[in-house]
Amino acid sequence: MKDRTRFGQYGGRYVPEILMPALEELEREYDSVKVDSIFQAELREYMRHYGGRPTPLYFARRLTERCGGARIYLKREDLCHGGAHKFNNVMGQALLCKRMGKERVIAETGAGQHGTATAMAAAVLGLKAEIYMGTEDIARQRMNVFRMKLMGAKVHPVDSGSCTLKDALNEAFRDWAATVESTYYLMGTAAGPHPYPAMVRDFQSVIGKEIRRQILSQEGRLPDLLVACVGGGSNAIGTFHPFLNDPGVGFLGAEAAGKGLDTGKHAASISGGKVGVLHGCKSYLLQDGNGMISQTHSVAAGLDYPGVGPEHSLLNDIHRAQYTGITDQQALLAFRTLSEVEGIIPALESSHAVAAGMERAAEMSKDQVIVITVSGRGDKDLETVIDLMGVDD
Amino acid sequence: MSRISDTLSRGRGLICYLTAGFPSEELFIEHAMASVEGGADVLEIGVPFTDPVADGKVIQMTSQKALDNGITPPRVFELTRKLRALTNVPLVLMGYYNPIFQIGEGRYAQFAHESGADGLIVPDLPLEESEELREACIRNEIDLVQLVSPTTSEERMIKIARASMGFLYVVSALGTTGARTSLSSDVGPLIRRAKKAAGSLPVGVGFGISQSEQTGQLYREGADAAIVGSALLKNIIDGATLEDTRRFVASLRDGRGFQD
Repeated sequence: MKDRTRFGQYGGRYVPEILMPALEELEREYDSVKVDSIFQAELREYMRHYGGRPTPLYFARRLTERCGGARIYLKREDLCHGGAHKFNNVMGQALLCKRMGKERVIAETGAGQHGTATAMAAAVLGLKAEIYMGTEDIARQRMNVFRMKLMGAKVHPVDSGSCTLKDALNEAFRDWAATVESTYYLMGTAAGPHPYPAMVRDFQSVIGKEIRRQILSQEGRLPDLLVACVGGGSNAIGTFHPFLNDPGVGFLGAEAAGKGLDTGKHAASISGGKVGVLHGCKSYLLQDGNGMISQTHSVAAGLDYPGVGPEHSLLNDIHRAQYTGITDQQALLAFRTLSEVEGIIPALESSHAVAAGMERAAEMSKDQVIVITVSGRGDKDLETVIDLMGVDD
Repeated sequence: MSRISDTLSRGRGLICYLTAGFPSEELFIEHAMASVEGGADVLEIGVPFTDPVADGKVIQMTSQKALDNGITPPRVFELTRKLRALTNVPLVLMGYYNPIFQIGEGRYAQFAHESGADGLIVPDLPLEESEELREACIRNEIDLVQLVSPTTSEERMIKIARASMGFLYVVSALGTTGARTSLSSDVGPLIRRAKKAAGSLPVGVGFGISQSEQTGQLYREGADAAIVGSALLKNIIDGATLEDTRRFVASLRDGRGFQD
């Protein structure tokens, strides 16, 4: 029998017993809203009138010319409300939370985009939001911290471990274990214990569904390749999943190779890790020989995480998707290129996808089509980039 | 019957948790032995992990310190071997799943057995994920202790109790490990539910137990054993001597309070 909590060997529910009944309840509730037309209609309304969906699929003429190969389209998740794809998942889960009668939501955040989206959804639905964020990330994403607070969320600084996303998740889990009866845990990526990986994927699949419709209307055909960045991997799985049964559509995930895969200072779980268990699921994981979780590095806070969503691990093993490492330097170069050539400032996370997509497009023929998901906008990263690259007068 | 369940079936038992290699390998052994002298019936040996999500501040801190001291699962087996040479009390390794998964469930159970451990507790391995490790434990003649919590339904508790070996670990309250000043008023009914589900298997209650008043209350409510960890470690962080540890454990075992 197929284990519904897993993707091949990956996924599962490796959590303390306290949380098991809550996960079972969440699974039941999610199963019921999947087929609930009233819930789905309400979600569609918020997506359209509040979130600004559908987001454009933009033909990047000058970027295509620059690369000299495949026709490059950009899926503009940076134009989604809040400035990133995070909205898609958050709105779905926040409505589910409300339906379950829970008034408090907690969430972890790395770059602050998921925290911001959670604060937004909590504000619009009248929920109380508390966000866990590593002190390292608070320092490099000050604007997002301010945005969360402005929208009424409480931000809890986390100063354990590496003081980044992994540690924020630890604290969110600890909070949830204490408050599980009254609190909804709004996980930000397609990882964690079942049913989060499948549920977050489903809510993010709006990205791929729109791409399908838009590319058919604009190009009259499906794309040859989809490219997205992979930290936990929610925008990537949302981009890829609606095309799983289209063998002609290739998938490329861009992982954070940081200072280089051979330096140990990176966050590329699939390219540089091995199978393990963290935060409730089995997946590729950066760890040492004793199973201790490694410190990670990426210039992009949202990719700075040692694990990856379990479905990506399966897609890698069955060779349905390819994963490639993009270094900080490559990402920064793509950040600058897209800004200069198209007037679009991508998030540093998304810049990894742009770098991988540009590289691949150059190797493809001019009649081929590639779609790069620009998962978020780069305004939040300006301080980081100015520190690293300076600004020309 | 296992050594653990034999020991705890006597009732009014005390299980003491210490993080392996904290504050140093030598002092860990010495405080563990002081706990035995104070009356600990079972020792729980914490295997440090980088991301202990079920633990509160104290055990997070002691785990990190132990990791900084170079403690790895192989070192923990070595420390277990040393303790085994010094005492006959049952020894249980409490540690998170990923290091077990990396070593391999069969090998981990084998190494644990060879080091003299009597059982394993894995806080992030619920019933549904525990089958392979349980089989490995059975093959190696050690116990895999399962946990139940205040959120566990009656029906689920029975399933978990059937799978549990050595004893049934009852998490006394929601949240993480760490001292609380009072027990939840629901702990009595929780213990009675657990006892009923466990049948002849002893029931140990942990999370937040830090005072002799609390151990006394747990014994009155029918618990076969109380489990104390963070409170012991907090004392050691604050400079407790071996004699302090021995006296503290003795007071917990009395279930009454300090008798100065």
